[in-house]
Amino acid sequence: MSHDPSKKKFSRRTLVKAAAAAGAWQLVPRAVARAAGGEPVRFGFDDTLTGTYAALGKNTLIGCELAVEQINARGGILGRKVEMVVEDSTSGDAGTAVQKARKLIERDHVSFILGNVNSALALAMGQVTADRGILHIVPGGHTDAVTGTACHWNVFRVCNTTQMEANAVAPQLVKNAGKRWYYITPDYAFGHTLQAGLEKAGQKLGAVKAGADLTPLGTTDYSSYLIKAQAASPDVIIFLTQGADMINALKQAVQFGLEKRTHLAGAQQELEALEGLPPEARVGTWVFEWYWKQPGVPHLDAFVSAIRKKTGKVPTARTWQGYAAAWSCALAAHAAKSLDGVKLARAMQGLKLPPEIGLMPQAPFYRAGDHQLMPTLYVGQAQAGTAGSEDLFHVSQLVQGPEAAGPVEDSGCKLTWPHA
Amino acid sequence: MAQLVFFNVFNGLIVGAFYALMALGLSLILNLSGVINFAHGGFLAIAAYLAYTLIPHVGFWGGLLLAPPLTAALGLLIERFLIRRLYRRDPLYGLLLTFGLAYVFEDATRYLWGAQSLPYPIPASLTTPISSTYFFLTGYRVFMVFLVAAAVGALFLVLKRTRLGIRIRAGTHDLETVSVLGTNVRILRNLNFGLGIYLAGLAGVLAAGMLGLEPTIGSSLIMPSFVAIIVGGLGSLPGTLLGGLLIGVASGVTTVFFPSATEAVMYVMMGAVLLVRPHGLLGEPGRAQ
Amino acid sequence: MSRLRRAAPASLAAVLLVTMPWWLGAVGGYTELATRIVVLGLAAMALNFLLGFTGVLSFGHAAYFGLGGYGAAMALKYLAPSDALAVAVGVAAGTVAAALIGALIVKLRGVYFAMVTIAFGQVFYFITFRWDSVTGGDDGLTGWSRLPLRLGPLALDVQHRDLAFYYFVLALFGIAAAVMGAVLRSPFGRTLLAIRENERRARFLGIPVERHLWLSFVISGGFASLAGALFALLNNFIDPRALRWDQSGNFVIMAVLGGMRSFWGPLVGAGIFVVLQDFVSSRTENWMSFVGLFFVLVVLFFPRGVLGVLRRRASA
Repeated sequence: MSHDPSKKKFSRRTLVKAAAAAGAWQLVPRAVARAAGGEPVRFGFDDTLTGTYAALGKNTLIGCELAVEQINARGGILGRKVEMVVEDSTSGDAGTAVQKARKLIERDHVSFILGNVNSALALAMGQVTADRGILHIVPGGHTDAVTGTACHWNVFRVCNTTQMEANAVAPQLVKNAGKRWYYITPDYAFGHTLQAGLEKAGQKLGAVKAGADLTPLGTTDYSSYLIKAQAASPDVIIFLTQGADMINALKQAVQFGLEKRTHLAGAQQELEALEGLPPEARVGTWVFEWYWKQPGVPHLDAFVSAIRKKTGKVPTARTWQGYAAAWSCALAAHAAKSLDGVKLARAMQGLKLPPEIGLMPQAPFYRAGDHQLMPTLYVGQAQAGTAGSEDLFHVSQLVQGPEAAGPVEDSGCKLTWPHA
Repeated sequence: MAQLVFFNVFNGLIVGAFYALMALGLSLILNLSGVINFAHGGFLAIAAYLAYTLIPHVGFWGGLLLAPPLTAALGLLIERFLIRRLYRRDPLYGLLLTFGLAYVFEDATRYLWGAQSLPYPIPASLTTPISSTYFFLTGYRVFMVFLVAAAVGALFLVLKRTRLGIRIRAGTHDLETVSVLGTNVRILRNLNFGLGIYLAGLAGVLAAGMLGLEPTIGSSLIMPSFVAIIVGGLGSLPGTLLGGLLIGVASGVTTVFFPSATEAVMYVMMGAVLLVRPHGLLGEPGRAQ
Repeated sequence: MSRLRRAAPASLAAVLLVTMPWWLGAVGGYTELATRIVVLGLAAMALNFLLGFTGVLSFGHAAYFGLGGYGAAMALKYLAPSDALAVAVGVAAGTVAAALIGALIVKLRGVYFAMVTIAFGQVFYFITFRWDSVTGGDDGLTGWSRLPLRLGPLALDVQHRDLAFYYFVLALFGIAAAVMGAVLRSPFGRTLLAIRENERRARFLGIPVERHLWLSFVISGGFASLAGALFALLNNFIDPRALRWDQSGNFVIMAVLGGMRSFWGPLVGAGIFVVLQDFVSSRTENWMSFVGLFFVLVVLFFPRGVLGVLRRRASA
C-alpha cells in the first residue's frame, strides 16, 4: 500500500472537511439547535452489553453512569449538561461496534466515545474515532496494540496493557510457584500478547516455558488441555483465559484436583470471574486492576457505597474503569475549555486523576507518550470466602504503573497528529 | 505419549456422550417433526438455570430430577402454540421460528438471572478425582457418563417397548400411515417434542456442573450436535449416538497432535462422511433426498 | 406490457435507492446505515436467488459472504492497494468455495440440505477463527482500509466520503441486480423455476437437476461474496463473525420478511431488518428479545413477506 506521509496528511485534512460536509447536509434542524447552546454534551458509550462479555460491559456502564450523575451534579461540562448515549457493540461483532461508533458520531454528535471491553472491537473503533477526530477512551480492552503499535492521537486507555500485568505478576509467580510455566492461552490478541509478555518477563527471572496451548474463545471443555498440561509436569499452570473461559478452565482444573499437584495461577483476574467460581476454585496468584478494599485510599468508601446503592454489590475493576473513563472526559474538557478533539487530546496528555476519581494508593496519570494510564497494580491471591462473600482477593503487593509498563519507547507507539 | 492419547480417547468419550445426549434430542424432533430446533441450546440453558434456582430449596439431586421435566413442559407449550402451526409449511419456517426463539431464550435468561456467570454447586461426594493416575476421572464425570448411558438406554427402551415409542419410530418412517391407522399425530408429535426437550434439559443440568453457568452456555454446544447427527446418519438414533461419541474422541485425540484443529476436525469428518456415504454412517439412503 | 410491468418495480427501486441518503437522514438514519442496507440487501437477494427462485434453503450463506469479505480485506492488506482488485479477489474466493461445497451437497434436499450448509459454513468460520497468522483470528483483520478510486485522471474519494462510497456500492449493486434479473429471465432461470415447482417432473423432462442446482448455488454464493467484499470495505474491517451461522440466519429472515417470491423482496426485508435492529438496539439492551420475537411474528403472520402481501392485495 502506498503510505506516502504527505498524502496521508492531505487526506486527513480532506477528511475533516468531508466529515463537516456530511454533517451539514444531514439533520439540519439539530445543527441549528446545537448552535443555540442549550444542547447537552454527549458521551457515546459503545460497549459489550450482550454476549460473552456482557457482565463486564454492564459493570463498565454502571461506573460511567455514576460518573455522569456526579459530573452533572457539579455543573456539567462547560456549563452544559452531560448526557450519555448507550449502544450495545455486542461482544464480538466488530462490524456492529464500528457501525455504532459511526452512528454515535454522525447522528448523535457525541463529543466523546467510550469503549470497548473487547480489544479487537476497541482497535476497530479506534480507527473510526481517529478518522473523525473524536476523543476516545478505552476503559477495558487490554491488548498492547491499543496504546502500542496501533495507538492513535485521540485514543486513551484506562485499563492496563497485558505487558504491564505480566511484568507485575511474574516475580510473584517465580517466588510462589517455581520456574516451569505451562500456559493455557485464549486464542486471540489479548491471550497472545499476554503470553508473550509473560514469557518475556519470565525469561529475565529464569522461568522457562514447559508448554502452551491455545484455546479458542468460548471453549467449554478444557479437560484435554489440562491432561496435556499435567503430563508436562510444570511448576505452575498459567491460565490466561478470561470471563466464562476462565471459569470453565479453573472449575475443571480444580475438579481434577490439579491444585493439589501443581500451582494454578495467571495474570489478569477479575472479581466477576471469582464470583462465578465455586469457593474451592478460588485459588492462585493473580493481578487485579483495581480492588474495592484497600487501606489508605481516601474516598474509596464513598465510591463503594455509591455503587452498592445502585447495584447492591461492591464495585469491580470494570466499574471503576468506567467511572474513571467518563470522569476523564470531563476533566479533559475542563482543562481544554473546549470540545475540540485535538485540544481535548492535548489536555489528556499527562492528566492526573484526582484522589476521588483515581481511588488508588497513588494518583494514576495518562502517560503522554502512549496515552496509557499509569495506575497501581494489585498483585495477590484469590481467596475462597464464604457463600455470598464479597472479599475474594487478598492483595499482597502493590506495583506502580510506570515500573510495570517500562519505558514508553518499548510500547511501539508513534503518535501522528492530524494538524501536525 | 501413548498414555496421553489414551487419556484423551477416554476423555473424548465422556465429552462425546454429552454431545450425543443433546444430539439425540435434536434428532428425535427432526425425525418426526422435520424441524431443526435451533432453540435446543436455549432450552438447555433454561434447564440449567432452573436447576440453579431450585437447588437451594430441593438440593442438587432434587434439581437434577425436577429441572428437566419442567423444561420439557415449557417445550410442550412451545410446540403446542408455536411450532405446531408450521408443520404443513416449508421446513424453512420451523428453522426461522426456533432461530428467533433461541434469541429470546438467551436474552430472557440474561434478563432473569443476569449476564454474570453463576457458581453451580455440585455435591462434595462427586467433586474428587477417583484415582490419582486417572485424575481426569472425577466423580462428577463418571456420574455424568453413567447418567447419560442410563438416559440413552431408557430412551431406546422406550422407543422399542412402549406404545408411544413404537409409534414414534413408525412415524419417523411414514407419518401418514401411522395417522391413517388411528394414531393422533398431533399428540404424538407434541410428546415427542417434549421428550427431545427433556434430553436437552438433562444435558443442561449436567453441563452446568462442568461448565460455567451463563446465558450463552447452550450456543456453543449446538453445532457439535448438528455434526453428530449428520455424521451418524439422518434418521438414525443409534447413528446419532455413534456420531456424538466419534466426534468427541476425534476432538480429544486431535488436541494432542494438532490443537488448533480441535473444532475443525469434526467438520472434516463430516465432509469425509458425506463424500463416501452421503446419508451418513448409519442413515437410510432415502431420507437425505 | 410485461416489459412495462417489469420495469416499474425496477425504476421505483432505483429512485428510492438513489435518493435514500436523503430520506433516510430525514427519518433519523445516516449515510452509513443506507450503505449497510444496500450491502445486506444484496446478500439477501443473492441468497434468495437460491431460496426463492430455485427452492433450496441454504442456512450457511454467511460463509461465502464472509469469504468475500476476507478476500477483499486480504487483497488490500497483502496484495495491492486497489478497491477494484479487492472486490474481484473477494468474489473469486467466495465463488470458488461455493463451487466446492455445492458439489458436495447438491444431492441433499430440504431440511438436511439446510443443516449441512450450516455445518459447512462453520468450517470456514473455524478456519478464519483459528488461522490467525493469516486472518487475524478472532480479533479480525485490521491494518488496511479502502482507498480512493482512481480511473485515469478521475478520482472518487470513497475512502473518506461516506456518500461517495454509498454510490460506489449502489453502482455495484445495480450491476449485480441487473445480472441476477437477466439470469432469472433466461432459459436457465426458467429451468430453475421449473425445478422449484416440481423437481420430479423436471427430472423426467431430462433436465440435469443436480447441475442446475449446483450452478444456482455457485451464482448465489458468488453474489453473496460480492456483498461480503463490500461489507468489509464498508467497515474497513472483517472478522470471523461475518461467517457465522447467526449471520446466515439474518440473511434468511431478510429474504422471508421482504417476500422471497419477489425479486426486490429481500432488499425491502434487509431495509426493515437493519433499521429495526439499529433502532431497537439503541433503545434497549434487551434487543435480542425484540429481534427474536420479530422473527417469530414474521414466521407466524407474515410468511409471504411484505411484498408478497402487497402483491396479493393488488391482485385481489
